Amino acid sequence: MDIGLPHYLAVGAALFTIGVLGLFVNRKNVIILLMSIELVLLAVNINLVAFSAFLHDVAGQVFAMFVLTVAAAEAAVGLAILVTYFRNRGDIAVQDLNLMKG
Amino acid sequence: MIELAILFAPAFAAAVAGLFQKPLGDRLCMALTTGLVLLAAGLSLYVFADLTWGGGQDRVIAIAPFVDVAGFTSNWSIRIDTLSAVMLVVVTSVSALVHVYSIGYMAQDPHRARFFSFLSLFTFAMLALVTANDFLQMFFGWEGVGLASYLLIGFWYHKPSANDAAIKAFVTNRVGDVGFALGIMACYLAYGTIAFDKLFAAIAANPHAGFHFEFLRAMGIHAALNAPALEVIGVLLFIGAMGKSAQLFLHVWLPDAMEGPTPVSALIHAATMVTAGVFMVCRVSPIYELAPFAAGMITITGAATALFAATVGLAQNDIKRVVAYSTCSQLGYMFFAAGVGAYGVAMFHLFTHAFFKALLFLGAGSVIHGLHHEQDMRQMGAVRRAMPLTWAAMLIGTLALIGFGLPGTSIGFAGFFSKDAAIEAAYAAGASGRFGGQFAFWASIAAAFLTSFYSWRLLFMTFEGKFRGAAHGNGHGHEQVHGHNDHAAHAEAAHAPALAAGAAPAHESPLVMLLPLGVLAFGATFAGMAFAGLFVGAGAPGFWNGALALAHGEAAHGHHEVPVWVVWAPLVVTLVGFVLAFLIYGLRAGVGAWIAKATGPLNAFLVHKWYFDEIYHVVWVNGAKGLGDLLWKGGDKRLIDGLGPHGAVAAMRLGARNLRRAQTGYLYHYSFLMLLAVVAFGAFALWTTGRLGG
Repeated sequence: MDIGLPHYLAVGAALFTIGVLGLFVNRKNVIILLMSIELVLLAVNINLVAFSAFLHDVAGQVFAMFVLTVAAAEAAVGLAILVTYFRNRGDIAVQDLNLMKG
Repeated sequence: MIELAILFAPAFAAAVAGLFQKPLGDRLCMALTTGLVLLAAGLSLYVFADLTWGGGQDRVIAIAPFVDVAGFTSNWSIRIDTLSAVMLVVVTSVSALVHVYSIGYMAQDPHRARFFSFLSLFTFAMLALVTANDFLQMFFGWEGVGLASYLLIGFWYHKPSANDAAIKAFVTNRVGDVGFALGIMACYLAYGTIAFDKLFAAIAANPHAGFHFEFLRAMGIHAALNAPALEVIGVLLFIGAMGKSAQLFLHVWLPDAMEGPTPVSALIHAATMVTAGVFMVCRVSPIYELAPFAAGMITITGAATALFAATVGLAQNDIKRVVAYSTCSQLGYMFFAAGVGAYGVAMFHLFTHAFFKALLFLGAGSVIHGLHHEQDMRQMGAVRRAMPLTWAAMLIGTLALIGFGLPGTSIGFAGFFSKDAAIEAAYAAGASGRFGGQFAFWASIAAAFLTSFYSWRLLFMTFEGKFRGAAHGNGHGHEQVHGHNDHAAHAEAAHAPALAAGAAPAHESPLVMLLPLGVLAFGATFAGMAFAGLFVGAGAPGFWNGALALAHGEAAHGHHEVPVWVVWAPLVVTLVGFVLAFLIYGLRAGVGAWIAKATGPLNAFLVHKWYFDEIYHVVWVNGAKGLGDLLWKGGDKRLIDGLGPHGAVAAMRLGARNLRRAQTGYLYHYSFLMLLAVVAFGAFALWTTGRLGG
């Protein structure tokens, strides 16, 4: 059985869905939020690479590199905020992150 | 020129004294106002004499245009005819005497300049009223005297009762003014003019004009759909007269107006302002000659007022209130005389009444002044020995008020001629079948009896017997005057050694107060004898010279046409009243008080003035308060505020509170929403481009 574009897209969609669900179903840990964002970005990357191979256009793969870079930077900044937040509050449960409450 | 001086001298005096009272000082202000009003009085006498004996002509002196809009014109002008000349004399002479008297009476008051300014302002407004050549200027004067009356009743504004009385007078007068204003408008609506001459000419040309009240059809009242215009106008104008002249149902302000200083009571509430209604009815007599229903209403109201006020006068203990109710009663006489068509008699009674009522009021003021502002007659007695001149003045005033005189001769006090003429006119009208004449006759006979009784009661209680008040005159509560204490203390010291048991601690008033009393006493004695022939006798048609409608009223009335018993009846009931008053109040002390106690409910009924004030309080004051509360709390606060500003605020607050709940602060809520939005937008984009579901 050939592994074609639909399979890649299916994996990408599955990853994206898992990532998004992880964003708002998760109520425990902020780290899981960061991981979920990573998952979403990876799903996007899979799509980009899959289409790049499918369309024989290298721009998609270049763009995937950019996304990886931004994801790494974002993870670094996010973890830094996380550490500071933990120092201040002693807790990183998402349930308690409601300073924006109106 | 003379006429202009009469009208504007008091206005000038009022303006100067009112605006420059500080730089000019009290004495100069008093001298200026009194002098100018005296000047106006002298000139008025000249105008009257010139018109009556000197061959002067009726004339209208134009001053300035007032309103000239779309065919409606009204001019400031001075109308001089016999009617206004009589009023000029009455107003300016009584006003001048009151000015003089006030110099003595108000000597201790720190606001004398303001007081004199108001007095002159009142004089000006009254003169503008009586010299009006059209309804608009008359209305100006009408409101002007209302204003002056308000200012003067409330002159001692630190007294809550004076403020209440001033407001009461103002508001009650407004009720009548509505009728007056509507009457003026009805005149314009029906005849297209409000100038008297043109109006009367138009009425003579078209006496059967009518009003068509279409709105009555909707209410199911078909009988009054087409009302005669003159009846409507007559009734409306009379409602105005009722307010100003304190007739039954609108009389409540007059007795309370006694809160003002006594000279004001004499000037406004006895001699001049309250006669404005009578004057107005006489001025528009051509209307009432053609409006029998309205004239009948005047007759009935006037007679009822005469009787009602006389009964109330029986039981009052405040010396000024007795005189006030007697004024109310005498105004009733004037009105029923006018109502039965005897306008000359009404004006004659107005003329004589001005003298003796001003005399009685100023005399009462002299007593009050002499007793250090004691007004309760139960606290008086034996004042005659201390104040013989005041007593003489009051005696003459009383004799004039009860109409003492010899029927069949021309000897009698002023009231004898005018009052008996009114009673005879009522009898003649009743005999000829005129509506209300019979009732007016019997009511006036009864009122004459009561008048005699309460007048003598006043004299006996005040001047005879033993002094019943506290020996050291501590009755300062009624009419407080600034700085009067010095005066009282001084007076006390002066006559303290002379006090025998039962003598009154009073002192005779100063010359400046006695002088006006003397002049008025002279008038009260001789005005009737001197002018009866002109006003109501054979010389009447020539004297009035068309100023009054003397069509049948004067002709029907005449001494020779009424039975002898009618001529003698007033004198008999008057003498009976005197004897009764002497038996009850003159002979022995305490009989009157015993009778008052024995007739408890009846006495209370009269003391409380037939409970008019109480009923009005429940119906009108509480009713107005209730309505105000309803509109304030229900209409304004609940409806307008509730739906308007407060409602908008409440809606915003509720919306914000609900909207705030959406801002949970939880990341997963926001992200979920974002997801939903992405799905929704995506679906929308697909759907609009036709790629969803074909």
